[in-house]
Amino acid sequence: MTIAPAGGVITLPDDPFSPANITDPYPMLERLRAHGPVTWLETCGAYAVAGFEEVYEVLTDFETYCSSGGLGPRDIRRDAGWRPPSILESDPPVHTVMRRALTGVINPATVRPLRERFTGPAEEIAGELVARGEFDVVKDLAERYPLRVFPDAVGIPEEGREHLLPYGNMVFNAFGPQNDVFADAFAHADAHSAAILRNCARENLDDTGFGARVWERVEDGLISAEQAALLVRALLSAGVDTTVFGIGNTLACLSRTPGAWAALRDDPSLAKFAVDEALRLESPFQKFHRTTTAPSVLGGVAIPEGAKLLLFIGAANRDPRKWGADADRYDLERQASGHVAFGMGLHQCVGQPIARLEIELVLRALAARVETIEPAGEPVPLVHNVLRGFASLPVRVTPRS
Amino acid sequence: MGGLSARTEDGFVPRTREVIAARVDRVADGVVSLVLVTPDGSPFEPWEPGAHVDVHLGGGLVRQYSLCSSPGDLSHLRVAVLDVPGSRGGSRRVHRELSAGDTLEISEPRNNFPVRDSRKYLFLAGGIGITPLLPMIERAERAGREWRLVYGGRSRAAMAFAGQLADTYGDRVELVPEDERGRMDLGAVLSLPRAHTLVYACGPGGMLRAVEELCMGWPPGTLHTERFAAAALGPGATSGPFEVELARSGKTVSVSAERTVLEAVEDVGVRVLSSCRQGLCGTCETAVLSGEPEHRDAVLTGDDAGSTMMICVSRAAAGCDRLVLDL
Repeated sequence: MTIAPAGGVITLPDDPFSPANITDPYPMLERLRAHGPVTWLETCGAYAVAGFEEVYEVLTDFETYCSSGGLGPRDIRRDAGWRPPSILESDPPVHTVMRRALTGVINPATVRPLRERFTGPAEEIAGELVARGEFDVVKDLAERYPLRVFPDAVGIPEEGREHLLPYGNMVFNAFGPQNDVFADAFAHADAHSAAILRNCARENLDDTGFGARVWERVEDGLISAEQAALLVRALLSAGVDTTVFGIGNTLACLSRTPGAWAALRDDPSLAKFAVDEALRLESPFQKFHRTTTAPSVLGGVAIPEGAKLLLFIGAANRDPRKWGADADRYDLERQASGHVAFGMGLHQCVGQPIARLEIELVLRALAARVETIEPAGEPVPLVHNVLRGFASLPVRVTPRS
Repeated sequence: MGGLSARTEDGFVPRTREVIAARVDRVADGVVSLVLVTPDGSPFEPWEPGAHVDVHLGGGLVRQYSLCSSPGDLSHLRVAVLDVPGSRGGSRRVHRELSAGDTLEISEPRNNFPVRDSRKYLFLAGGIGITPLLPMIERAERAGREWRLVYGGRSRAAMAFAGQLADTYGDRVELVPEDERGRMDLGAVLSLPRAHTLVYACGPGGMLRAVEELCMGWPPGTLHTERFAAAALGPGATSGPFEVELARSGKTVSVSAERTVLEAVEDVGVRVLSSCRQGLCGTCETAVLSGEPEHRDAVLTGDDAGSTMMICVSRAAAGCDRLVLDL
């Protein structure tokens, strides 16, 4: 069922899930913003929220803009989703308890020791790639490194790790419509889902990883066994793809901005700022939905209860009203803090410190070895309903002398 | 704080000053209000809602009471003291022996119950727990924030400031005298977690345990409580400005009560990564090289609390006028 728009909102014909808009979203995002922070997308039956301030408001007002309606275009409160609702698809008070369990497991104290463990693999891969001179950032680095370190940190067995990327691909594509992209992602859905679920079970997790620590919260009585499995599933589904694209997108920015690379190479302590600015400019998680629980007014537009809002993270993070006239530019000097690439409010990415750490360590490992980095061919954009990234990103590097 | 707290701070001795109890008034059954002025009539130092002072009552008796006057009027301070049957001496002394004109010694104000800015507030008071909430309510009202107070007590006559609150603020104040309406239905008040809302609760231990339980489903960082009980209090935050030295940048900044450490650091052009700016995400975690932080975030566990702080919300502890950060 589609909720028709109330009067007074500009209706736009754009389809954010068309192949052209997927592979290069930014012209459409600019068009959306030009028509106002909130518009009605006829193709989606949803309100487009494209202004930074408005996206921030929706993300932080969980009472008016709920998550339990699902992050996809269907209202899963009326129409069951393809899997049991995840923490992303829940509201307080249910959400809070699950979130508390996760925050108890992933927090500054538990992420700090990972820096040392995650550094070796980053240096090893970087060393190998720099020796090669030319490589594909996506295939040779971005897809390899998170898969080297993250599954071990969660504590899942070696067997079945090949399902992590395809499963993440399913989960995120399902935040868009059931189009061809969705169908491709779900082609082997049952096999991927089964493999992931197996790895969420306590007996298949090692005793020291984040997975086992989530299960300890069951023993504490904080969450149920079902919730523990769902939370481990959340780690596995959200913890890989997003970081893969975070690494790819960050190096996409740096490889086409030689000055920024030189600055980073000369001062590796800039790595975390380089990551933050890249996540702002090329946000891996571009869009998802919220559902109104009551009539509201957003960006001057009256929105009825039960409406779907499609939040454009990529538009908010390039909104000139927030970031200035050069919002489309990669600027290592920019204060990018406060962007919404990890979301904001209750559902802000719990794995944020791990993702930031992984991307920073990759940059530091490369900065120590690479004099220059430049594109070595046309990047191939990823065809994905909601994630922004590249399927291939060839680069050429020269080693530091 | 209702005044039962013993002085159990970690070796921290606040500065004290002499004051005169200009007025000693009975403001409800079993509740006496003390209006304190300086001997020379000079104004008190600024303080923030939620602050308390140690009151030295003579004979070695020291009790902590929340300030319940207006933080905008520094000509006097006011505390309200409940007469507790079986008291260890503090409330007895105030109720039986203190009279207008007497001299007392009080500490500088310190704050273990600071108020964060928020779009909406829910205030929950049990009995004398209303005292720290009064300045908070005044601040929220003045700032044009949406707020609501639910205030429970034994009887209308025993609920200090109840009439004044209802007269001034009308239906934003819900009074729940137990002898008329039964106990506060906290379950009904807190059943639905609200967005953009902070909850400030002060009252007896039983009430606060119930509030904590009911707020388990509210977002982290929502609930702020203060107990009457003699729990070991940290030193609290200082209300005054403090210095932050940025060791790597070689800069020093002063952080006023209105600014966060993060803002002050950004003001002098030192880059720090941050994200939520509410003490929830941990992105602005910064190593503390020396000085004692007062943690106000919802991320750090006790284990790290000594070595790092979330500079978007955390501050310097009272008694620490200089933090040295690894920035």
